[in-house]
Amino acid sequence: MSATQAAVPPKQRPAGAGERPVDRRRGSTLLRHLAFALAAALVLVAVSYAVEPFRNFQLATVAAYLCATAGLTVLTGLNGQLSLGHGALMATGAYTVAFCQNAFADRGMTGGWLLPVSLGAAIVSTVAVGAVVGVAAARLRGPYLAGVTLAVAVVVPALAVTFDGVFNGEQGLSVPVEPPPASLGPYFPYERWQLWLAGAATLLALLLLANLIRSRYGRTFRAVRDDEVAARLAGIHVARTQVLAFVVSAATAGLGGALLAVLAQSVSPGAFSLTLSLFLLMAVVIGGLGRLAGALWGAVLLVALPDLTHSVTELLTLSPAVAQRLEGNLPLAIFGITLVVVMIAAPGGVQGLLSRLGRALLARWPARRS
Amino acid sequence: MDRFVFLTIDGLSRGAVYAAFALALVLIWRAARVVNFAQGAMAVAAAYVAYTVAAETGSYWLGFVVAIVAGLLLGALVDRAVMRFVDHTSPLNPVIVALGLVLLIQAVLGMLYGSEFRPAEAPFSRSALTVGGIAVLSPYDLFVFAAIGVVVVGLAWMFSRTPVGLRMRAAAFAPEVSRLLGVNVGGMLTLGWALASGVGALAAMLVIPTELGLHPHAMDLVFVSAFTAAVVGGLDSPPGAVVGGLVVGLLLSYVSGYAGSDLTPLAVLVLLLAVLLVRPGGLFAPVVARRV
Amino acid sequence: MHRTARRGLAIASTIALLITAAACSGDDGSGPGGGSVPGVTDTEIVVGTHMPLTGPASAGYSKIAPATKAYFDYVNANGGVHGRKITYKIMDDGYNPANTQQVVRQLVLQDKVFAILNGLGTPTHTGVLDFLKSNRVPDLFVASGSRSWDQPDKYPGTFGFNPDYTVEGKILANYAKADLAGQKLCFLGQDDDFGRDSLAGVEKVLGASAVAVKQTYVTSNTNVAPQIGAFKAAGCQVVVLATVPGFTALSIGTAARLGFKPQWLVSNVGADHPTLAKQLGANAPLLEGMVGTNYLPMQNDTANPWIQLFTRINKSHNGDAPFDGNTVYGMSVGYLFVQALLGAGKDLTREKVLEAVQKGGFQGPGLVPLRFSANDHSGYGGQRLSRVSGGVQSYFGPAYETDEADGPVKEYTATPVAPPANGVPTVS
Repeated sequence: MSATQAAVPPKQRPAGAGERPVDRRRGSTLLRHLAFALAAALVLVAVSYAVEPFRNFQLATVAAYLCATAGLTVLTGLNGQLSLGHGALMATGAYTVAFCQNAFADRGMTGGWLLPVSLGAAIVSTVAVGAVVGVAAARLRGPYLAGVTLAVAVVVPALAVTFDGVFNGEQGLSVPVEPPPASLGPYFPYERWQLWLAGAATLLALLLLANLIRSRYGRTFRAVRDDEVAARLAGIHVARTQVLAFVVSAATAGLGGALLAVLAQSVSPGAFSLTLSLFLLMAVVIGGLGRLAGALWGAVLLVALPDLTHSVTELLTLSPAVAQRLEGNLPLAIFGITLVVVMIAAPGGVQGLLSRLGRALLARWPARRS
Repeated sequence: MDRFVFLTIDGLSRGAVYAAFALALVLIWRAARVVNFAQGAMAVAAAYVAYTVAAETGSYWLGFVVAIVAGLLLGALVDRAVMRFVDHTSPLNPVIVALGLVLLIQAVLGMLYGSEFRPAEAPFSRSALTVGGIAVLSPYDLFVFAAIGVVVVGLAWMFSRTPVGLRMRAAAFAPEVSRLLGVNVGGMLTLGWALASGVGALAAMLVIPTELGLHPHAMDLVFVSAFTAAVVGGLDSPPGAVVGGLVVGLLLSYVSGYAGSDLTPLAVLVLLLAVLLVRPGGLFAPVVARRV
Repeated sequence: MHRTARRGLAIASTIALLITAAACSGDDGSGPGGGSVPGVTDTEIVVGTHMPLTGPASAGYSKIAPATKAYFDYVNANGGVHGRKITYKIMDDGYNPANTQQVVRQLVLQDKVFAILNGLGTPTHTGVLDFLKSNRVPDLFVASGSRSWDQPDKYPGTFGFNPDYTVEGKILANYAKADLAGQKLCFLGQDDDFGRDSLAGVEKVLGASAVAVKQTYVTSNTNVAPQIGAFKAAGCQVVVLATVPGFTALSIGTAARLGFKPQWLVSNVGADHPTLAKQLGANAPLLEGMVGTNYLPMQNDTANPWIQLFTRINKSHNGDAPFDGNTVYGMSVGYLFVQALLGAGKDLTREKVLEAVQKGGFQGPGLVPLRFSANDHSGYGGQRLSRVSGGVQSYFGPAYETDEADGPVKEYTATPVAPPANGVPTVS
């Protein structure tokens, strides 16, 4: 195995589960995805009414992370490029949205269209950064790419401190966001509005990504991942494809970061440390590399697992001396063990496990159905 | 001029430690094609063992030896108990497992020892000797250079001159053929992990006295610098790791001395890009004919 | 068709899972909020905090919240406050602002806490100011010396605790001016508002040109030899450190090995002798002569009645954890909060507790006055100098008070109060 092949998802992917060589329903792909997104949007709205504000906020955070993990899974899972620097790309989007929103607020501008403009600006600036990193990345493979993206992940928060006149150092910037529109009523919970915002933006991004994956570009991504030489022979411009994948991935990461900043109403370098970049990578691999559903599981785990492990720890009653030692550390230990166990028990991640379960169930049916 | 000499020596003595740590990363990469992100946490665990032993017995050197042994055992344990069961078809899986181990090890250390900084003793004086009015090396710096020199020479000798070294190289580069020829490939892999982890433990023992002190996260930053060093040198090249480590150490020292310590991450990125855009496989990458 | 079916199944199961999770948690969420005031019932007051319990920044700080909790447990064992027991929910944010967002929302929206108490860190806490304001949650005694907490117009519910870094810088510089006149003074600060505000305070007293060499450090680079080397080369005689404990020890250790021995003047943030001595180990004697500042009783002053009280509580309710400046700090926060609760009266509401804090007049362990008033939300307004001598850190000279603007540094002469006999404040 060579360094060129870093970040290839498990080879024993069953035919038909991940991608099909020929899709006979190509014409309806867009419609199918649209229907999917619409259904998901309806469910999301229903859920936003069913659950309490804190869960709404958590789901909104999941949506923001999902943007980033979906982009990362396309880059790493489908195009075979490893990035340890997506936290930095998220920071780019987050700071851009902060600058835009502050500029609007300073000029006294209001209106529902401002936030989409800011989010758009965030995507554009991240695309620019992503293109620069992507051009460098296209020359590099495996751990060397990991090294450069790791350095990027460390640099971006450091820049915020170096140029504190612009970025306000460690303390960061606040992000003024308007309250929910008056038409929703005076007592509309703010967290529900946050979920709607983040959910809508994320669904739109996922819809575009899903279509891209099924398109000609998606196939060239995979061709480059599987065998660069063969891809080149088939007339694919390898470097250009890799830069494109990086740019797409950067755009979604930028949107994810921007959404996080909007949700938190603030942005600071500490929130976009190297740890975040590593956690994003963990999320996509644990969720199931190369699949959007896997990215969803990863995003859910990023938000739910710390919360869940904390609740588990709270169930224990401990003496103060023991509690002092375990507090904070026990959840981390559980998180670590979970990662190791999942990776050993289900190398294809959560989604791989579910697919396997699903296939096992379906294998019992078809005898009757066909 | 004084300042330049001072910064150079300061950079070299830290660079030597990065070199040792980078060497540990290179060892595992060559043996198992895994970038061991848990290297730092494993090394800190070994250093805590040394701390406990030294505190109990009052002997630094006993603790030092125990740390290296603990490092070797921990490496073997991680390979046998964890990495062996990880699906290596995707190179990312071991990376994620390693990250999980980092969380686990740091949490366990936090539970056992708390999150306070523990004093890390240096066996020799760290006060610099002055030669002609310029503070040059401290006895401790000399000890660091000597210890790392011994490791580098020892490993080079082992890989090039001993049957075990030959078997390890064979097992890494052609596992199937080696197995057919009767090489215990699994055993060689475990030995690789153990050696790497032992070298990592040594690096931790050398660097922690110069840092903030013993802490579950004590090696996080060293890991980042050492990984950079290994990448700059070329992950397949032990001499590359040594050169990369020294280069990164010097760069960090010059930049924080002349430009300001907040610019060091940027300097590291520029170095990486400058080296890798010219030589995408690191400074010491073996020249391979491109496949197309 | 399988594919779509399977995907649909996956998504449906996800949603089902989320709803179940939400439904389960819905039950416990409504627990403490029985009355009209969140977090307050006839028998309980729920308060929350965010602290770094894990991660690189947790050293030392992880002991504060348990100490506060121990004090509350002690008060609870003595009948509580107006018959209500205080429940203190400690959430770990690892000093990561993104985590702070999550845990503070969990405390406010789900656990329905009455107030956030002593949330630690400038970057972490800055991010939740707006959220706490829009939810009208009292945000009391923030654990940081940033000046951001003192904005009564913008954040009416937020109050500081620590003296701000500028006050501290002024008091250290005042000492240098009076006792070390004519010596070359240099400054090493953390590269954020801590270092900057502290330097501003030093320059307010001495003038901008009086600081010969100014250097900064970042926590992500643990080599301070270049900075210390610059001080040595410039022949600095006095060095002011606005550093966290780890970097105080690192700077002093690095200086010693370069053969550089200036007079150190250290910010209260990084001047706790037990913490530094522990980190320096065998090199602890290097701390001899170090001048620091503090505003709470010295943890080794066993004659001080507050230290006697806190040591007793530490034994009975904190598992006899190692007793240091952080323990004293945590318990002092607890004491002040109980005073504020008592000031708010029996019918506790969020508005009443804010009024009580604004009214001020708290007498407690602090050596200097708390500045709380309707238009001042900053915490302690001064400090006292300490010196390490014979391996023991002790106060010398008078306590000083000043402001973060151009006010003079004055002596504060009021006699310190003794704690009440049973250690629980009474209605003031």
